[in-house]
Amino acid sequence: MIDLAYYQEMIPELTRGFWLSVKIIVPSATLGLIIGVLVGAVRGMEYPRFLVKPFNVYVSLVRGPALLVQIFVCYYGLPELAMLVRPFFEAHGLPPVWKILYLSPYAASVLVFSLCSGGYHSEYIRGAILSIKKGQFLAAEALGFTKRQMFWTVVIPQAVRRAWPGCGNEVIYLIKYSSLAFVVSAKELTGASMSLANSTFRFTETFFAAGLYYLFLVTVATWILNRLEKAYAIPGFGRA
Amino acid sequence: MNQPILEVKNISKTLGGKLILDDVSLSLNRGELKVLIGPSGGGKSTLLQCIHYLINPDKGDVLLEGRSAAEMGRRNICAFRQEIGMIFQDFNLFDHLNAENNVAVALRKVKGLTKEAALKRARQELERVGLADKATLYPAQLSGGQKQRVSIARALAMDPKVMLLDEPTSALDPELIGEVLNVIVDLSKSGMTMLMATHQIGFARHLTSEIIFMERGGIAEAGPPSVLLAEGSCSRTADFCSKLTELLGKNG
Repeated sequence: MIDLAYYQEMIPELTRGFWLSVKIIVPSATLGLIIGVLVGAVRGMEYPRFLVKPFNVYVSLVRGPALLVQIFVCYYGLPELAMLVRPFFEAHGLPPVWKILYLSPYAASVLVFSLCSGGYHSEYIRGAILSIKKGQFLAAEALGFTKRQMFWTVVIPQAVRRAWPGCGNEVIYLIKYSSLAFVVSAKELTGASMSLANSTFRFTETFFAAGLYYLFLVTVATWILNRLEKAYAIPGFGRA
Repeated sequence: MNQPILEVKNISKTLGGKLILDDVSLSLNRGELKVLIGPSGGGKSTLLQCIHYLINPDKGDVLLEGRSAAEMGRRNICAFRQEIGMIFQDFNLFDHLNAENNVAVALRKVKGLTKEAALKRARQELERVGLADKATLYPAQLSGGQKQRVSIARALAMDPKVMLLDEPTSALDPELIGEVLNVIVDLSKSGMTMLMATHQIGFARHLTSEIIFMERGGIAEAGPPSVLLAEGSCSRTADFCSKLTELLGKNG
């Protein structure tokens, strides 16, 4: 177990993986939260109406299939789609838009994780909106608010605060499902540990160390989430 | 003085297959206070919300200074609503904003005032209802009476031409009712036009020019309190009010 030379090899390798994980997690968490708040708010308020059905479909799509399958579809499936549409673009002299369907492992991971996370966040937000007392909407309308003004000034600030503990939970999950990026050859923390362990056969130390890195990430994320919750806390709000 | 500022014309509303309002008409002159009373489920709240177009009436119209709400588009309805203040039974303050921001938020978002101007106005209105020292407290930190006074300040800040009050004291315990009623008396004395649903008949009879008794979605009778509540008048209103006073005491 105690082989200092191996640790000297392992730690830089895992640290590189750790930073790639961070680069996947931070944008995915941020994007996911933004998507979730907007989608959840639209579905919770049923406004604007024409977006409700498409968003319902979106949520069923990202919550339905296994995340692993979704990554495979985005990474391996979209290029096939690109090959299908490419002749059409070329025949009509259109700009080669199909190229965006060739995603890098990194882009595919961030895309899938953001969409997935957004779908789950949206349910927390929707639940939070349903728990806001209806009278406040009535009061806002009575003051002459338009639906849009009510949406941004009354609904969103309350819904996000109420949903925050659930959304925080989703961010913690995201940290852990970011490990699935290794299946599309992104060398993030899990991917880096995997290839290192496969080449050295030191599975125990490597994955134990990787576990510590994840524990560290989750601890930091929890701390940040709690700080934000406290910073935006309102006396008596959400505790009635 | 005799030109009505608010006219309600033949409003009907069916909700869930049940006729809630049946051809109700009334009118308010500038500076007048009228009182709606009657049993629960009689249509008082629905009528107030229809006047405000929070609920669209099935039939009928509301005229504010001669302008017809039924003919307004959705945009204009928002402007129409700004001119009518509404006070709810359970206050409906925005839980995430403190007292001064509860008052200021509509000034900023709806009237487009700057933050400073809106907060300045909000503090003036809070002072008017005697809450200058509570401006930074959140709804959860205020008593029921204070919450209702904040909601009155919030409505007043929009400079409404008419105020609709839907049982403003029903959710308050007896010791807190007085502070809200005082604000309403002051408002009435300052010339605000008001239509108030209430059970505080002992209080209302001295302020109001007309009592409107609503039952089963219609106006059962209407008239000045001196007539409806006269000794031995045998009116439906007098009967109802005597039951209230039996339960609540003379000033109830």
